[in-house]
Amino acid sequence: MSKYMLIMRSTAEALEASKDMDFEEIINAMGAYNESMINAGVMAGGDGLADPSEGVVVDFSTEDRIVTDGPYGEVHELFNGFWILSVSSQEEAVEWAKRAPLGPGSKLEIRRITDESDFEEFADNEFIQKEAGWREQLGTD
Amino acid sequence: MRSSGSSPAPGSLARTVDAVWRIEGAKVVATVARMTGDLALAEDLAQEAVAEALEQWPEAGVPRNAAAWLTAVAKRRAIDSFRRRERLDARHAALAHHLEESAEQVWEPIADDVLRLVFTACHPVLSREAQVALTLRVVGGLASDEIARLFLVPTTTMQQRIVRAKRTLTEARVPFEVPDHTEWSARLGAVLTVVYLIFTEGYAATSGERWVRRELADEALRLGRLVGALVPGEPEPWGLLALMEIQSSRFAARIEAAGAPVLLADQDRRRWDLSAIGRGRAALARADALGRGRGPYALQAAIAECHATAPSVDATDWERIVVLYEALGRVAPNPVVDLNRAVAVSMARDAATALVIVDELVSAGALPGSHLLPSVRGELLARMERHAEARTELLAAASLARNERERAVLEAKAAALPRPAG
Repeated sequence: MSKYMLIMRSTAEALEASKDMDFEEIINAMGAYNESMINAGVMAGGDGLADPSEGVVVDFSTEDRIVTDGPYGEVHELFNGFWILSVSSQEEAVEWAKRAPLGPGSKLEIRRITDESDFEEFADNEFIQKEAGWREQLGTD
Repeated sequence: MRSSGSSPAPGSLARTVDAVWRIEGAKVVATVARMTGDLALAEDLAQEAVAEALEQWPEAGVPRNAAAWLTAVAKRRAIDSFRRRERLDARHAALAHHLEESAEQVWEPIADDVLRLVFTACHPVLSREAQVALTLRVVGGLASDEIARLFLVPTTTMQQRIVRAKRTLTEARVPFEVPDHTEWSARLGAVLTVVYLIFTEGYAATSGERWVRRELADEALRLGRLVGALVPGEPEPWGLLALMEIQSSRFAARIEAAGAPVLLADQDRRRWDLSAIGRGRAALARADALGRGRGPYALQAAIAECHATAPSVDATDWERIVVLYEALGRVAPNPVVDLNRAVAVSMARDAATALVIVDELVSAGALPGSHLLPSVRGELLARMERHAEARTELLAAASLARNERERAVLEAKAAALPRPAG
């Protein structure tokens, strides 16, 4: 089993359009989708993000970090939620992603979450060794 | 590069079909089985549909609702097959007619279909081994070679096991139905037994060098969640899920770096998976909330919960564990439960009191051929400083252990006992 993150991206227009939709309908569709993944035993986590206008951006391009308010203006698509799935293959993650109740203007990016096997070369590293303990303490394993 | 709607790479397509099958294979087979009234036939037809998908999808692309596509193809093949036999048998004509009438609504799986599938795969006409294989195949959506790999048997052996299981269902004319109330409880018990067997096969393999096979246990957890969701008003599936979750929280802690087992008392409790314990406790609370009392699985989960929430062996509420084992021994009498109760008594009170329980089991001839009885008896004798007797018992246990790792642990314990001077 590997873990994959489904990263939800939507255009600003799609987010605007969703504000005209019945919010309870969206909640019901998302709830049914989440429940199907919980009952199938594949859902390992997930959350939605608050409105991008509440966000803050820290930019590392200059020596002084630049902190700006508000939506991340230049990107075309906004990151507004994620799921973490524990599945047997990338294809299974893709199949689950295709079942998400999302519409035009939305995309799901599917990324494998790294595990210890990605850091085998650094198995002797103090922090890589500590990490296993941290994960268990945090209950995120 | 797009894969859906255009031509996916062949290897990737096979994995996509596997993925669709894992997610919705049970629904496809269950829907077709309700139409045809025959699980074995439905599974054959669904496999033919998968083969057709592997031929067509490279050109046509993966359809938007792949499971509905597979169901429609399987049903069309059912109609063709019945039409061919129609002249021979009026029943087939009626079935073909019925299927054609319902062919418009191809994709309307109802939860009861999957529940029928679960009960039929665990039907009492099948051997336990066949129930396990068929449940993983049709409910879990695993390929035969995958199941073979998990059980360390050749693929052909597993394929034959599944073919035989399907033939048995057909020969016994097993209806594709949920059992009625007179059988319900026993039949649900059989389903839970199958799921827990899959879990324990993964959790503590009974042969060879496989102490932990996480994948099989994960499949059992997946099936456990599925069964719980199918019968949410029944407490015992949640009890079973709770038990499996809490036990699986110890996966990381129960083997050391070299692969040798670490017993509960010696485990680093910081390595227990807190999120698994949390899911397990939530499942147990769900079972309790139904207000119908605790069955054997919920009682075992409650015992596991006592361990999971204790900061150390000494700080464990052993009195409560003794009480839970007493209750478990009454609802599900079993010498292994008595043996575990003896261990709990040795912790709550003393080794001598526990030895009385163990000796009763010995004189009753309980657990013949098992390493468990001499192993516990050896431990208790060691704590009472009767070292020579303890060594004999531990070595007897080692010779009976079916797992090489377990044998090594027992031998090491025997070797560590102080020998008489001279």
